[in-house]
Amino acid sequence: MTIQSIILAGLDGDRSWRLADYVQRGGYEALKKILAQKMTPDEVIAELKKSSLRGRGGAGFPTGLKWSFMPKNYVGDKYVVCNTDEGEPGTFKDRDIMRYNPHMVIEGMIIAGYAMGAGTGYNYIHGEIFDLYLRFEEALEEARAAGFLGSDILGSGFSFNLHAHHGYGAYICGEETALLESIEGKKGQPRYKPPFPASFGLYGKPTTINNTETFAAVPWIINNGGEKYLEAGKPNNGGTKIFSVSGHVNRPGVYEVAMGTPFATLLEMCGGMRGGRKLKACIPGGSSAPVLPADIMMDCTLDYDSISKAGSMLGSGAVIIMDETVCMVKALERLSYFYHEESCGQCTPCREGTGWMYRVVHRIEHGLGRPEDLDLLTSVADNICGRTICALGDAAAFPVKSFVKHFRSEFEYHIENKKCLVPPDVQRSGSDFFVAGKN
Amino acid sequence: MLSQEAQKQIDREVAKYPADQKQSAVMSALRIAQVEKGWLAPETIAAVADYLGMAPIAVYEVASFYNMYDLSPVGRFKLTVCTNLPCALSGGVHAADYLKHKLGIGFNETTPDGKFTLKEGECMGACGDAPAMLVNNHRLCGWMTPDQIDKLLAELE
Repeated sequence: MTIQSIILAGLDGDRSWRLADYVQRGGYEALKKILAQKMTPDEVIAELKKSSLRGRGGAGFPTGLKWSFMPKNYVGDKYVVCNTDEGEPGTFKDRDIMRYNPHMVIEGMIIAGYAMGAGTGYNYIHGEIFDLYLRFEEALEEARAAGFLGSDILGSGFSFNLHAHHGYGAYICGEETALLESIEGKKGQPRYKPPFPASFGLYGKPTTINNTETFAAVPWIINNGGEKYLEAGKPNNGGTKIFSVSGHVNRPGVYEVAMGTPFATLLEMCGGMRGGRKLKACIPGGSSAPVLPADIMMDCTLDYDSISKAGSMLGSGAVIIMDETVCMVKALERLSYFYHEESCGQCTPCREGTGWMYRVVHRIEHGLGRPEDLDLLTSVADNICGRTICALGDAAAFPVKSFVKHFRSEFEYHIENKKCLVPPDVQRSGSDFFVAGKN
Repeated sequence: MLSQEAQKQIDREVAKYPADQKQSAVMSALRIAQVEKGWLAPETIAAVADYLGMAPIAVYEVASFYNMYDLSPVGRFKLTVCTNLPCALSGGVHAADYLKHKLGIGFNETTPDGKFTLKEGECMGACGDAPAMLVNNHRLCGWMTPDQIDKLLAELE
């Protein structure tokens, strides 16, 4: 049996986010099962380990293992935090989970609290989806009224409180320690690791942070067993994954498919390439993942291992599709601007390096490039990598290195001819913005 | 300085955090204050600091770090257009150009009648609905083709 949809299954329209609708779809059964059968926290974590669920926010770290890092006999508060600060360019899956299925996230977080002995949770929600912050607060009220949240949940003696916290426009807060700083009411600047959040997290207490989609996968795993979840995907890449597909396809949107699904299948699900044009390149895991040329991408299956073997990352599952109307120099220029704009400024290599890379790509794009610029770009990128507190530095360097590596001739053409290989009117046509009567 | 209604809203946020961690409510408090006052003037930041028992500079640090806080006056409607790559592939930059042309202003400018301010935004996490834009921070609009932009501008009064 192939399972294609776990988190987005059975969602149809405006009511599906309500508690009653979620319960009708089997919601909160996993929590009830754990409490009724008095499953131990270790048993819950063992089930997650069996499932091979890996972090859906981008890093792909095994969730069960992460949960097992939380100190067991710690006296004092422990926290569970959900990362819904979805700002990795190309990613918009958590928005749909929050829009249509917030109770699944709530249930997953309660189970996480139970498994790790944490009494309080926070869901950090991207400021730009403020309506869904309000919706989540309403969903929390429903869960409290029904006795799924608060003290002595369903008469079990287990208590868990959950609150919503919003961001207000800072990409860096998607980094887990920056996110913690932000909840503490500070600038979102990442912390040194170690100590890791499991020992020194929110307010200095043991804390585990997982992505929205990761928490949402938990109830199904408890209901159906870790092995079933693993079988839905492929070894070491359990379950399903929600892909956010943007760019030059006929139907951009979120698509949940089994791990290991061929990229070509996903492309078909999106209605194929817009205007029947040819695929030129794809960024498979959000803007921080290295870009891959069409021929390499078409041979990939959608899972951590296949995409990593091809030289990129599954990341957050944000698939950015670019067709032959795209100027790769211009595309990189915009991404480099983004990292420059969003660098928190804490580490010199990132603060200075992102600006330097942006200015060099900018001058190539605007016909002022110099023959030595490509080596300069690679050298700046290399000198950022591994020399910063958090991964934003690497994230800014990966696009630069991969664009220059795979599309070097296009960059060279720009420098030599002071213009693009792709004529301006062709570039302009790619967006379909000027097609009259669309929508 | 902050209205009673704003204080009530801030109190609800403060209650989410441990009693000795009132500072955690600062992002919400600034948001609530900004909605009430239109932008975050130094005296508004000071009022938030006073209410939460924080140093004004600590509140200013937060207000100046996150992009959605306005530290200078903006028009009645602030339009923030995402021009990041995924949106740009589906017309994000063109939507911004269209707005610049229609409103006669550039990024970070306000129309002479004080009605509209235009901002360039980063990823809003709505790339599937590109072009995407925010109206006054809290209303996310998708598929902003020329027709839809015309409709939105006509509706904002």
